[in-house]
Amino acid sequence: MKQKVSPISTAEYIKRYAKRCITGPISLLKGLSVTVRYFFSPHKIVTEQYPENKKTLKMHSRYRGCLELIEDENGENLCTACGICEKACPNASINILSTKNIAGKKVLGKYLYHLGSCTQCGLCVEACPFGAIRMNQEFELSNESVDSFEMTLNKKEGRG
Amino acid sequence: MSLRRLPPGFREENIDLDTEEFFVNMGPQHPSTHGALRLALRLDGETIIEVVPHFGYIHRGIEKQAESMSYLQYIALSDRQDYLTAIQNNWGVCLALEKGLGIGVPERGEYIRVMLAELGRIASHLVFYACFGGDLGGQTALLFGFKEREMIHDILDEVTGSRLTTNFFRPGGSVHDVPDTFIPRVTSFLKHLEKTMVDYERFLSTNIIVLERTKGIGILSKEDAIAYGCSGPVLRASGVSYDVRKNDPYGIYSQLDFNVPVTYNGDTYDRYVVRIAEIHESIKILRQCIKQFPEGPYRGQEKASIRLKPGSYYSATETAKGLYATYVVAVSGDKPYRIHTRGPSFANLAALNTMVQGHKISDLVSILATLDPVIPEIDR
Ligand code: SF4
Ligand code: SF4
Repeated sequence: MKQKVSPISTAEYIKRYAKRCITGPISLLKGLSVTVRYFFSPHKIVTEQYPENKKTLKMHSRYRGCLELIEDENGENLCTACGICEKACPNASINILSTKNIAGKKVLGKYLYHLGSCTQCGLCVEACPFGAIRMNQEFELSNESVDSFEMTLNKKEGRG
Repeated sequence: MSLRRLPPGFREENIDLDTEEFFVNMGPQHPSTHGALRLALRLDGETIIEVVPHFGYIHRGIEKQAESMSYLQYIALSDRQDYLTAIQNNWGVCLALEKGLGIGVPERGEYIRVMLAELGRIASHLVFYACFGGDLGGQTALLFGFKEREMIHDILDEVTGSRLTTNFFRPGGSVHDVPDTFIPRVTSFLKHLEKTMVDYERFLSTNIIVLERTKGIGILSKEDAIAYGCSGPVLRASGVSYDVRKNDPYGIYSQLDFNVPVTYNGDTYDRYVVRIAEIHESIKILRQCIKQFPEGPYRGQEKASIRLKPGSYYSATETAKGLYATYVVAVSGDKPYRIHTRGPSFANLAALNTMVQGHKISDLVSILATLDPVIPEIDR
């Protein structure tokens, strides 16, 4: 609507039209040559055959998957139930339930983690002053039941 | 005068009794509106008389949420505004926080920031290339763009731990240092990208169908672009050389040598050309950074909790879409009193109505693609 079309003579119009009839298909072929070249060079295929390559597929070590407590071989963790990670989480995906051990000291009772609301931001790992948690490289986190997203991370009571 | 009522948003005065106008909703579930955006079209046949964008379908109230969050948690939310330029949004927020804390970033940290931001810029422009080609009907271009973008996201995945929602920068630097493989990977990726950019341009830039459908379509004049507050490639395609990286440099951009591509027609084709030229400029910046990449600390002093001095802080950065600004008001404690974001997509979308008038619906699709809006950033 806004652009002005300058009037051109019929001869000029026909000349331009004829020129386009030739240059047009050439430009199309030029673009198509790229497609054809890729078609005949299969080494350039970049897609992953996902479920088939499951065994060899590894995420990078910094990949943020599912939260887990760092445990030694006996299942002991380093968590002191200080609750700093709980405060650092933007969407309350962590609940620390502390308890008292026989000596009357505050220790970790249950480390509740709600995977369903976790956004994999990694702020909890950064905040923990004792290096007790990390994010693993698990990426197939979907599940059929909602209940499986409510996890208790610790197997044993914390040592404080 | 007719007593006919127009749907909300349309301007009553330019009603025309001689034509049979009708109204069509395009979206919110339309593949070429790039997200949950509804465009109410006022049509005369297939010619567009007026378009009114309706948004808010994915409004999450990020700015309000931020008031009950700590500053660090807000950085994670900035990923979720313009998800294509998440790493640059992180930077924008961190700049404002650093002003409030009165801290700087060590040199290596600055280089990491620039390099990741430029990689993010290339990735975002590649998505533009892909969607633009796809919206014009070229499925090959769609797949091409995403192919190289995937390589960038793999690099980002290795460095930041996430492909899209990076959440990587912190006041004073970044969460981690870059791994040793970072520089070699970027070098080999740039080599690869320069080769494929030739293919990219051959594929669309001279294609007659693309030229016919983009040249002289959706012209945005220089005055309108400024009046609507457009920024980024949309503004530069209209002949205004404004780039925050040049005009108001942040980080180490003032030490780097790069040009700001400008074109003057302001049509759909020019907006495409500007973005392709910007990819080349980003490659240039990355090359310089690789050459000068310094050793040393990547993060300045760490603080357990981040408390800003009372006051208000403003930072402006240039993301792939345009001017991304953050305004933080701090009163006390580790939570902001108010945070406001100025997003580029919102202002760019405002110019849509001027650009599409008199064009066909199919042109609207290509014009919208060159605005490159990201709806979560408009809605926030
Ligand atoms: S990764 Fe983020 S969202 Fe998930 S539990 Fe940790 S802090 Fe919360
Ligand atoms: S995981 Fe770390 S931050 Fe969280 S309660 Fe345990 S020790 Fe504290």
